[in-house]
Amino acid sequence: MDPELVQLDQGSGGQAMHELIDGLFLRAFDNPLLRARNDSAVFEIAGGRLAMTTDSYVVDPLFFPGGNIGSLAVHGTVNDLAMCGAKPLYITAGFILEEGLLLGDLKKIVASMAGAAREAGVQVIAGDTKVVPRGKADKLFINTSGIGIVRDGLDIAGSRARPGDLVLINGTIGDHGMAVMCKREGLEFENEIQSDSAALSGLIDRMLCAFSGIHVLRDPTRGGVATTLNEIAEQSGVGIRLEEEALPVRGDVVGACEVLGLDPLYVANEGKVLAIVPPGGAQAVLSAMLSHPLGKSACIMGEVVSDDPGRVYLRTRIGGSRIVDMLRGEQLPRIC
Amino acid sequence: MKYLDEYRDPQLAKDLIEKLRRRSYSKKQIRLMEICGTHTVAIFRSGLKELLPEQIRLISGPGCPVCVTANEDIDRAIWLSGIPGAIIATFGDLARVPGSSSSLHIERSKGADVRIVYATLDALRIARENPGRQVVFIGIGFETTAPTIAAAVQQAARLGVTNFSVFSAHKLLPPAMRALLDGGEVKIDGFICPGHVSIVIGAGAYVEVAQKYATPCVITGFEPLDILQGVSLLIDQVESGRAVVENQYRRAVTREGNVAARKLIDEVFEPVDSTWRGMGFLPKSGLRFRAEWEKFDAAKRFAMPEIKVLEHPGCKCAEVLRGIISPPECGLFRKACSPGAPKGPCMVSSEGTCGAYYRYHRVV
Repeated sequence: MDPELVQLDQGSGGQAMHELIDGLFLRAFDNPLLRARNDSAVFEIAGGRLAMTTDSYVVDPLFFPGGNIGSLAVHGTVNDLAMCGAKPLYITAGFILEEGLLLGDLKKIVASMAGAAREAGVQVIAGDTKVVPRGKADKLFINTSGIGIVRDGLDIAGSRARPGDLVLINGTIGDHGMAVMCKREGLEFENEIQSDSAALSGLIDRMLCAFSGIHVLRDPTRGGVATTLNEIAEQSGVGIRLEEEALPVRGDVVGACEVLGLDPLYVANEGKVLAIVPPGGAQAVLSAMLSHPLGKSACIMGEVVSDDPGRVYLRTRIGGSRIVDMLRGEQLPRIC
Repeated sequence: MKYLDEYRDPQLAKDLIEKLRRRSYSKKQIRLMEICGTHTVAIFRSGLKELLPEQIRLISGPGCPVCVTANEDIDRAIWLSGIPGAIIATFGDLARVPGSSSSLHIERSKGADVRIVYATLDALRIARENPGRQVVFIGIGFETTAPTIAAAVQQAARLGVTNFSVFSAHKLLPPAMRALLDGGEVKIDGFICPGHVSIVIGAGAYVEVAQKYATPCVITGFEPLDILQGVSLLIDQVESGRAVVENQYRRAVTREGNVAARKLIDEVFEPVDSTWRGMGFLPKSGLRFRAEWEKFDAAKRFAMPEIKVLEHPGCKCAEVLRGIISPPECGLFRKACSPGAPKGPCMVSSEGTCGAYYRYHRVV
């Protein structure tokens, strides 16, 4: 039997679309707010500050070692909320499907989205589905928006890095971008490079419980660690010095980057957080990270300095130094 | 990681630097030119320049293939992209290099079909997938890329692909080294010879430069320790008054080079006089198709008009490429010219001297 393919009428608003929504999305994401099937999800939130974010996912290929576009669409949005010190509550999901997409692939992707949402403790409470003719989109694009409630007593912002603060990361850099790139380019190494895609809300919670005075939290996605740190340096008007020897990079990621002429500092991560922490709290935050499954390789890799304001530089292994600029141009297209 | 970590060992590097700092120098300044863009980038990325004693000055030469491609050749590639139905396949950096009034990148946004490929065989694959359209590969590079293009052309012939051609703007490095020394504008005490090019052409290719011009040549690898060792070998030669070819990069380079690759180049191409950006017209410094392969020559397949070339006023890429000035001495550097809005190729290319200087050089 031929595999089932997504048809144009499944986005028409008619019977076929209702069957797709009821049979697939509602079943996978099931919760009372979604089940109500109103034009909007209506919910109550206890008083306080809210965080809201949105992101679109166009990764190619749809499936990569360590995840797929569905789990990524949950992780990315949950992480954006977590980086503001928010506890993620609800997300929405918009699907743009290309006519002819394998229905089996869509089912797998939706199932892993539901799994990722469960793990992250968020509910998918609203959604949308469109189908466009073959060739008008590439297989599947997903948009997710998220809302979360910000914990009291936090002041986390890109502008709060201060000289003397330490730069922490929860593990190796460049894994996601290289997992996608190797899959796409057909590069094989002894062990397949796995994406680090993960929801960081639990880790962040533990870090903030250990020390609530964290100055900056950012996830180094597109543009990588280099670009994210440059943004922070610019917003805070400080310099950031990295130690090349301290940068955590897996051997196979180094190898793949050498082959493709890339620098791991510019390669995207989807399960990493950069934390800028005053020296007094750094050890507590590092211990909290190390005690969490997503922070086993956490380390301190640099320091905020007062020279070179607005810039990031690296002390090289041989004792020299060089600028670490923002990503210029396009290093890796469509990795998230 | 094997073959990388050994050549990045911090302690060995520090020892070599210390030795270079402690030794005595009979000259006030020894000028060593790296003629490979990959070396330029490696030197900046490791922060090596500031660690060397003041007597040793590293200067960058004409070693980035995108940078030395003449403006008129960029204009010709742009003209080719305007042929109705044509697909242009090229390496990424070249697409953004501004020609007289446009770039392939700009032409693509206007509707030209310009595709970025990583290998020549990808261009051949595009040709096979689009039998009704002409696919032109813009062939730039040194002796390293030329064999891959020769192989692609031979494969196209075997497969009977008739809609594939190559616009060849290839350059040969040893003639450029001789031209720099003949010109005498810039004093060069020794060459850090390229690693990749030497894998193909072999250590023997530099014997003439070393002997006739009494200029030391050391073929060098790309890791910090390789470069430090290459510099040390050159300093030893300069200080002892010797001028020979030495091979620091023995794990990859032999005296004869890659015989099979050289044979491929020789079967398909022959040397031709060629215009370099910054260096002008150099005899026997480029490659053109031999008569029996001319049917794959885009310059022959399409009747190209005469092209009037306009250079950007103020752009000093020509002087940078000859090692006469360093990027900050150009009036446009960091002002009108940056990686986001490049005025010349040395800022566009990932291996260009201006781009490397802009991205990595830290004023301490």
